[in-house]
Amino acid sequence: MTDLDLGVIATALPYLWKGFAYTLELTVTAALGGIFFGTLLALARLSGTRPLALAAAGYVNLMRSVPLVLVIFWFYFLVPLILQGITGAERPPAVGAERTAIVTFILFEAAYFCEIVRAGIQSVPRGQVHAAHALGLGYAQTMRLVVLPQAFRNMLPVLLTQTIVLFQDTSLVYVISATDFVGAAAKVAQRDSRLVEMYLFVALVYLAICLLLSQLVRRLQRRAAVVR
Amino acid sequence: MNYHWNWGVFLQEAPEGGVRYWELLVAGLGWTLAVSCLAWVIALAAGVLVGTLRTVPGRLLPGLAAAWVELFRNVPLLVQMFLWYFVLPELLPPLKRLLADADPTTAQFAAAVLCLGLFTSARIAEQVRAGIRSLPRGQREAAAAVGLTTAQAYRHVLLPMALRIVVPPLTSEAMNLIKNSSVALTIGLAELTFRARELGEYTFSYFEAFTAATLIYVAIAMSANRAMAWIERRVAVPGYIAGGGR
Repeated sequence: MTDLDLGVIATALPYLWKGFAYTLELTVTAALGGIFFGTLLALARLSGTRPLALAAAGYVNLMRSVPLVLVIFWFYFLVPLILQGITGAERPPAVGAERTAIVTFILFEAAYFCEIVRAGIQSVPRGQVHAAHALGLGYAQTMRLVVLPQAFRNMLPVLLTQTIVLFQDTSLVYVISATDFVGAAAKVAQRDSRLVEMYLFVALVYLAICLLLSQLVRRLQRRAAVVR
Repeated sequence: MNYHWNWGVFLQEAPEGGVRYWELLVAGLGWTLAVSCLAWVIALAAGVLVGTLRTVPGRLLPGLAAAWVELFRNVPLLVQMFLWYFVLPELLPPLKRLLADADPTTAQFAAAVLCLGLFTSARIAEQVRAGIRSLPRGQREAAAAVGLTTAQAYRHVLLPMALRIVVPPLTSEAMNLIKNSSVALTIGLAELTFRARELGEYTFSYFEAFTAATLIYVAIAMSANRAMAWIERRVAVPGYIAGGGR
């Protein structure tokens, strides 16, 4: 058994923290962006306009049948080309793995959040919609003032659980060499040949954070249950 | 967007010699399916056992089972992959000596199968636990009333019902497993996504390669869906909604 050198971790802490800060930034941005676009997708899927509903369903099903790693690769090469198309630049701009990953995760997570929001909307009793119409509210008002607030309250625990999954999944940006928490640890591990210490440390940090967060979600779930 | 599609790239010969790129993709698909199938066997066996233990009376066994689930659910799959492949051999010198002589592909394959199998087992355990919990309490009590021991009650009454109920959620776990197997590329296993990226790097035909891989994954998802829908119909419990409400 090799001797563990915990000093390696201490020396690398500032660098690891930088990686961790990026992991947090990616998680929060992707969760907020994903919930926003996921809600739009869910409204599209539930709308009476058939082409719109079909397009949204197609997007969601496609994203959900392909591995995240492959989606990350897709966008890594696609985003610069799309930007070039928009700006009309001569060569594709250098976007960088970190910024591409943010776009990727927002668009990928939107598909997963869409299904959660859709279930949340469908869990609101139909009478609420009828009542809103009876009051003279339009579609947008009904959704914004009546349906979505109740739906979000119902699905809050599931949204948070999905965000914990997202927090873990952001580690996959490793495959495009972005420096997130795992990426930073891997770089130190390879530079100093200290794979055991670095990877065990990373695993423990994730385990502690995710355990804590899932306990909090469980407590919230007991409290936030809608009283009917 | 100015991208020049070159679909002929799949028929070109790969630099490794004697094989064409489409053959490499098919070989990658083979590894994806092999890893997924073996990992599924491990996941199902461990998952049913751990999920059952979470519901048995007492404190020790349910506690251990809960710890198992939390451990495998709260560490990212990528990090678990690194632990199995890079860290475990360092902590077990005999294993390291054994791997030194072995083909690296064997080590990658074994690490990927174990990692994905145990990772997925935690998810299956949660489904199995929910399935057992969803049974009316009367079933357990009736089993006790006719004189069955706890083990017999599980063997003859609770599990036969619960396992049929959890088939639909297990479908999506099987699909997740196939998708998750792509994470094995981080330890160098030449599965489907690995081969697609490699094809892109060698030929610069990234989008052709990714399109092909995407279509293959979609095809796998669709056929897995069909297969599981058939199994669902076969095992549906009459009287439940999935069983036609009879």
